[in-house]
Amino acid sequence: MAETQFAESQTIRVRVNGQEYEREVPVRRLLADFIRHDLGLTATHLGCEHGVCGACTIIMDGESVRSCLLFAVQADGAELQTLEGLADGDDMHPLQQAFWDNHALQCGFCTSGFLMSAVDLLDKHPRPSEEEIRHGLSGNLCRCTGYANIIKAVQAVAEQSQS
Amino acid sequence: MKPAPFKYARPDSVDEALALLQAGGDEAKVLAGGQSFVPLLNLRMASVESIVDLNRLDDLAYIKRDNDTLRIGAMTRHRQIEVSDEIRAAQPLLCRAAAEVGHLAIRNRGTIGGSLVHADPAAEWPLVAAVLDAQCVLRSQDNSRTIAAREFFLAPLMTAIEPNEILCEVRFPVAPVGAVWGFQELCRRPGDFAIVAIACQLTLDDGGTCSTASLAVGGAHSTPLHVAEVEPIISGSQGEAAVMTAAAEKAAAAVDPSGDVHGSADYRRRMVKVLTQRALKEAWAQKRKRALQ
Repeated sequence: MAETQFAESQTIRVRVNGQEYEREVPVRRLLADFIRHDLGLTATHLGCEHGVCGACTIIMDGESVRSCLLFAVQADGAELQTLEGLADGDDMHPLQQAFWDNHALQCGFCTSGFLMSAVDLLDKHPRPSEEEIRHGLSGNLCRCTGYANIIKAVQAVAEQSQS
Repeated sequence: MKPAPFKYARPDSVDEALALLQAGGDEAKVLAGGQSFVPLLNLRMASVESIVDLNRLDDLAYIKRDNDTLRIGAMTRHRQIEVSDEIRAAQPLLCRAAAEVGHLAIRNRGTIGGSLVHADPAAEWPLVAAVLDAQCVLRSQDNSRTIAAREFFLAPLMTAIEPNEILCEVRFPVAPVGAVWGFQELCRRPGDFAIVAIACQLTLDDGGTCSTASLAVGGAHSTPLHVAEVEPIISGSQGEAAVMTAAAEKAAAAVDPSGDVHGSADYRRRMVKVLTQRALKEAWAQKRKRALQ
């Protein structure tokens, strides 16, 4: 077994939305910055950059995580999904469609984080109650909508999947 | 925003991690789930020379039951504990506490060991570790020791862990027959740190008389505080209102809270009393509920 050493940069391989990337990164680069700057995938937004606002939420190996609280090197070998990977070509993901239909966004800055959190929420609770939706999305901040239409949009998708 | 430069290593085994930590000296820090540590780095409230990342140590992520002891690996994520059937059967208070930690994305990533070593006095795991008399297993390159959680926490964000040690395992006693518990947390929004939190575990006989009691307070003291003085008050009682009030007053007298923007010291002390009564009521209500089933 090769002995692990301390390093200041490292070459990593990640799969993002089904596409392979290999890049050398400084070890202190945050995963959120890696996704935006190194990969040019700018749907992932950065609000607070210290794990409070939820704007940078992505899916890593099937679970929602805050990409501002991970270093890119920690994602080496991981499978990531960002908002860019949600739609099927020109067909919006059901959650995106529901956000559209229910007017669940205004300025849109927080939206990608909400959508990725909602993906994980519905994955874990396919039939959430309103309270479970509120809890599941409580880690995401929105300063425009007052949340009511966001909850409605997620409820709409949950109901669709039941019928 | 980015942290100040550091060196990084991602070992594949605990032995390798301990060797790296030893080599890194006082300026090396361990990275667990990173849900508290990385914000400190991002905000440059902390900077380190080198980081030893434990996230690939699968041998530190486990839930095992040995007779009357639950052994939880330090790198077990909050979410794994929240949804573990084995833990729900053995010590359901742990599932309840796990569900209160942060938000879903934080629970997916954050670890029980990281939370304990971070030692925020308002966090759920230090509180539950204190109330259940958990044991922390610490390892360094040439030593291994076990320390009671009640002795592990020294001050806000300070524990008895040495710079060359890693918290590897936390051991909780399985809930004894007749055990009931209460968990009450006051916070502004779900997922926030507690302003005050109370956890208790009582053992009740078939008639509802208490034989053993343990109660701890979070958020209202420099460390999670196990209030041993309430046990003689509650033991032998059946949860009469006067007993609960006396216990709550004892708990409120035991804490030494500090005030901040979320609540003054006086408010916190009052809330210790209120939440202690609620937690004890919750525990006895569990007994009545079970009796009806």
